[in-house]
Amino acid sequence: MSEATMDGFAAASAPAVPRAVVYNEVIVKKFVIAAMFWAVVAFLVGTVLALQLAWPAFNLGFSFTNFGRLRPVHTSAAIFAFGGSALFATSFYVVQRTCRARLFGGEALHNFIFWGYQLFIVMAALSYVMGFSRGQEYSEPEWHLTIFLVIVWVAYAIVFIGTVLMREEEHIYVANWFYMAFILTVAVLVLVNNVAVPISIYSAKGYTVYSGVQNALIQWWYGHNAVGFFLTAAFLGMMYYFVPKQAGRPIYSYRLSVVHFWSLVFMYIWAGPHHLHYTALPDWAQTLGMVFSIILWMPSWGGMINGLMTLSGAWDKLRTDPALRFSVTAVGFYGMSTFEGPVMSIRSVNALSHYTDWTIGHVHSGALGWVAFICFGAIYYLVPILWKRSGLYSIKLVSWHFWIATLGIVLYITSMWVAGIMQGLMWRAYDQFGFLQYSFSESVNAVHPYYVIRALGGVAFVSGALIMVYNLIMTVCSSTTERRDSAVAGG
Amino acid sequence: MFIRQETIEKNAILMLVLTLICISVGGIVEIIPTFTIETTIEKVQGVRPYTPLELMGRNIYVREGCYLCHSQQIRALKDEVERYGHYSLAAESMYDHPFQWGSKRIGPDLARVGGKYSNDWHYAHLINPQSLVPESLMPKYAFLAETPLETGLIVNHLRTSRIVGVPYSEDAIANASKDLLAQADAAADGDALLKRYPRAVQVAGKPGEPTELDALVAYLQVLGSMADLAGATPAKLKQ
Amino acid sequence: MPTKIEKDVFSGRDTTGHEWDGLKELNTPLPKWWVYTFAATVVWGAAFCVLYPSVPSLRGHFDGVFGYSTRESVTADVKALEAQRAKVLERVNATPIEQVRKDPQLMAVATTAGRIAFANNCQPCHGASGEGRPGYPTLASDSWIWGGKLADIQQTITFGVRNAHPDARASVMPKFGADGILKPDEVGAVADYVMTLYGKAQPGPATAKGAAIFAENCVACHGEKGEGKREVGGPSLKSAVHLYGDTRDAVIAQVTNPRQGVMPNWNTRLDAGTIKSLALYVHALGGGE
Ligand code: HEC
Ligand code: HEC
Ligand code: HEC
Ligand code: HEM
Ligand code: HEM
Ligand SMILES: [Ca+2]
Ligand SMILES: [Ca+2]
Ligand SMILES: [Cu+2]
Repeated sequence: MSEATMDGFAAASAPAVPRAVVYNEVIVKKFVIAAMFWAVVAFLVGTVLALQLAWPAFNLGFSFTNFGRLRPVHTSAAIFAFGGSALFATSFYVVQRTCRARLFGGEALHNFIFWGYQLFIVMAALSYVMGFSRGQEYSEPEWHLTIFLVIVWVAYAIVFIGTVLMREEEHIYVANWFYMAFILTVAVLVLVNNVAVPISIYSAKGYTVYSGVQNALIQWWYGHNAVGFFLTAAFLGMMYYFVPKQAGRPIYSYRLSVVHFWSLVFMYIWAGPHHLHYTALPDWAQTLGMVFSIILWMPSWGGMINGLMTLSGAWDKLRTDPALRFSVTAVGFYGMSTFEGPVMSIRSVNALSHYTDWTIGHVHSGALGWVAFICFGAIYYLVPILWKRSGLYSIKLVSWHFWIATLGIVLYITSMWVAGIMQGLMWRAYDQFGFLQYSFSESVNAVHPYYVIRALGGVAFVSGALIMVYNLIMTVCSSTTERRDSAVAGG
Repeated sequence: MFIRQETIEKNAILMLVLTLICISVGGIVEIIPTFTIETTIEKVQGVRPYTPLELMGRNIYVREGCYLCHSQQIRALKDEVERYGHYSLAAESMYDHPFQWGSKRIGPDLARVGGKYSNDWHYAHLINPQSLVPESLMPKYAFLAETPLETGLIVNHLRTSRIVGVPYSEDAIANASKDLLAQADAAADGDALLKRYPRAVQVAGKPGEPTELDALVAYLQVLGSMADLAGATPAKLKQ
Repeated sequence: MPTKIEKDVFSGRDTTGHEWDGLKELNTPLPKWWVYTFAATVVWGAAFCVLYPSVPSLRGHFDGVFGYSTRESVTADVKALEAQRAKVLERVNATPIEQVRKDPQLMAVATTAGRIAFANNCQPCHGASGEGRPGYPTLASDSWIWGGKLADIQQTITFGVRNAHPDARASVMPKFGADGILKPDEVGAVADYVMTLYGKAQPGPATAKGAAIFAENCVACHGEKGEGKREVGGPSLKSAVHLYGDTRDAVIAQVTNPRQGVMPNWNTRLDAGTIKSLALYVHALGGGE
């Protein structure tokens, strides 16, 4: 087979296979739509938060619109609703094709996963604004919603792993290693972190069984690995399918895949204590957290190397395929935030960065640059295939989206670096006699301009997403894109 | 011991089992010892369970997401110790379900805010932060002053806390409702309350009709004031 | 599917021979720099674990060769800082407060220390430049409730007002209205009279009733002519600066149910040198006597 036939859409019909499998794409489509919907919601709420921090009047004075209640809506909508839906969509798409097996389980089970997960998100978001929260970041839903989530997740595991078990390929493709690690680990994390005793079975309120320092450690074991397995491993799975697809090139190094997969999976778990430097968490645990975070640098970069080097021989495609530009830029941001992370894990650096907007900058270079961009790349690739179109409605609009979103990220993360480092330096500044130099409120005043810039970045990022939604709707609805058949492998 | 990747990647179950083993090691090594090493929680006097009103206030703090702007964890760094007081001890949050150490300081640390301001100031500040601190980014919590505190299940709150390890006595549980109302009324006799819960601060609620704001202020006023830190040296606090 | 190892034309590398949905993998060896950097971080990490507290057991943990502890370390840092400040603060502490004020060098130290302590602790009630807030007196004008001499201010800051500290300044205006000491019309009448003190009304027959009530109930704290009595912390009712506003309604509210504002005692949070510096700083805000 020549290189050319591995290219993009052509690949789906390339290899001659013994038996045609009809893939289930309905469920994939549903999750793609959900992902786009939640993307807009998450970015909008994020922008509202940014405005609230720039001008507190945006809190509006209602209980349900204030920052404290909306912030979990944003993080949950971004990570679990947008990111999660994109992962469900791509994992179901990828696992079928790379296993050459139709999605395990029946229509009912798939629909249960889809509607169950969407219901979970809606219930969670509503519960936050109505004033229910466990008060632990990224793990805010109260006990009854957690139980529901676990049931949905088990169904997801059954369908995904079931498909892998039914595969026609002898080997499991690398993307699926990452997806499986993600599904398994997230289940373990949620089960351990969320153990709580309700005050009554008729009440949403429960008390977590852990307290104080152990609660903190378990929470950040959870929180860090939510990053490690939800926001990293799973999206690496996505990357391992879509980047080589879009580039039309083989994965750069299978051996690197193997070594970086196992080392990543092993090391990530240890790094949680880097969220608790200098706190009442005993020193020994802080040391382990720091050491493993730094060792984690190369395992993380294994994914970046494999992503970027897969493009060697296809760099020219970046000029013609703006969707690929998203995927590749995503890998770049991934590399950047997994370099920044280990640096911030160094105890003395964390002394400065912790509690400041530097962390927020780091989060969003990962969240916007890596997570959102890799999703955009994948979705631009998927929509014409799923809806059987010859291509996207407008390549130019993809380009616009790319540049506007990139501008948004640059505004966001540079302003947060400046704000964060400034806060950190102001809080610890001493004058010539050895007295603290700044009051807390002086630091609040000082960051105002940067909060305004960040809000502008948010507006840019949302605008880009709206362009994307328009482009995708036009791709599906407009008559300018021809119909095309691709749902049958080896067809 | 050594299993070839070739074998693993042909066997999904084997791969899952090995992944599970890999992700378990770090968690076990780091988490279990914090439960078994006795010095993890320092031996200091004074830390007591929250009063019923403080506990309800704490739940409001949790629910409103104050932890998203305020830390309650003074790190062992000199500028923090100077700005906010003695670095936080593990013992000080040992009855906190959940912990509220936070990860961001949009507002200042609150670990030792108890007693730093008057009750009146907290009421006015929570109702309209900008009226006292014009540059504040904090939302207005005036609605808490209008929301009656839900007290019907107060006994369940204490009992459930006891199940998860907070040492409420039978006496404390039996008097939960009384203690709550006494603390929410500045004019009420607080002797029994203070005997059960030293250093509790009575707040100025409408007698018999505590609001969520009363509870929140009672909680804020006890923060950081329980532990007896006089004479606490690093040697005594070694974990 | 049969495995077929191919040669990639572009890189010259072999593939692994597998294919999934058209995707293949090259068998490129691990990049050398990657392996070396990885190994270096592992070696560094192991060394770090030997030097610092690290590996736990069920009963304790390895303390590290350096015997480092964040808690020891911050305690030493704070001590060093205190030693640095002691060099300048010692003289402030040893010099009587009135003298410090006259010594520009010592004053520079005291106002530096005072400024930041004020911003971190007092600003939320008294405002950034001591301008005051409703219920929180201005510290930048020459009307004082408890006295504007350095010693008075120092005393107020040390022990506070109406808090639980036994030495706190304490004077409590009775709840004339709420406790039924005065009837509502009497409260109104005394408020009318207070308006004359505020210069917002002319004294005359209409305010005579109020004047009488005032003479009977208020002079003990606020003085014959409402000039204030510092010994009992009764604020002046003649100054242009008011705690709660200068309207008749504000006065009625106060006489009916006085706010009895509380200021914390700072002797448990701040050291004596800082409090002394604060007194000097507040004194210099504009109203010091
Ligand atoms: C959007 C961010 C934000 C949220 C949410 C928030 N705060 Fe604040 N808070 C601030 C800022 C900024 C300050 C500093 C300025 C000031 O004093 O208002 C502050 C100050 C405070 C202070 C004074 C601390 C000191 O030492 O001066 C207290 C007490 C406080 N907040 C309590 C709360 C409580 C309780 C909640 C939740 C019900 C809350 N805050 C929610 C931002 C926030
Ligand atoms: C919780 C709010 C609060 C804080 C914080 C606070 N004060 Fe006060 N302060 C008050 C109140 C209320 C009064 C008036 C008491 C009265 O009615 O007599 C007062 C009165 C004073 C007075 C006496 C004014 C006069 O006219 O005699 C001085 C001086 C003073 N404060 C200085 C300070 C300094 C210095 C700090 C910081 C270390 C500080 N205050 C912090 C509430 C506060
Ligand atoms: C036992 C002492 C005492 C007596 C008697 C007393 N007051 Fe006061 N008054 C105070 C104190 C102390 C304050 C400080 C305000 C506070 O926090 O309650 C005050 C404050 C006031 C204020 C507010 C001043 C401002 O700056 O806004 C007014 C008005 C006032 N009193 C009027 C009266 C009148 C009228 C009477 C008599 C009917 C009276 N007071 C009797 C002690 C007294
Ligand atoms: C090797 C990889 C990484 C390491 C070692 C790392 C390390 C860190 C550190 C040290 C912090 C700051 C903790 C604090 O001071 O509070 C942090 C915060 C965070 N990081 Fe990373 N990071 C890595 C990669 C990523 C990636 C790829 C993302 C993806 C989006 C990400 C998302 C986050 C988030 C969401 C937080 C905020 C947690 C909180 O709420 O406090 N990180 N990370
Ligand atoms: C338009 C785009 C976005 C804007 C304007 C935005 C804005 C914000 C703001 C203002 C905060 C609160 C920061 C603070 O508390 O100081 C926040 C937090 C956060 N956002 Fe976003 N966000 C956006 C997109 C995203 C996306 C796509 C993700 C994830 C995929 C994400 C994940 C998070 C996380 C994890 C946090 C919590 C960080 C922490 O606690 O450290 N955001 N965001
Ligand atoms: Ca956070
Ligand atoms: Ca005054
Ligand atoms: Cu982390």
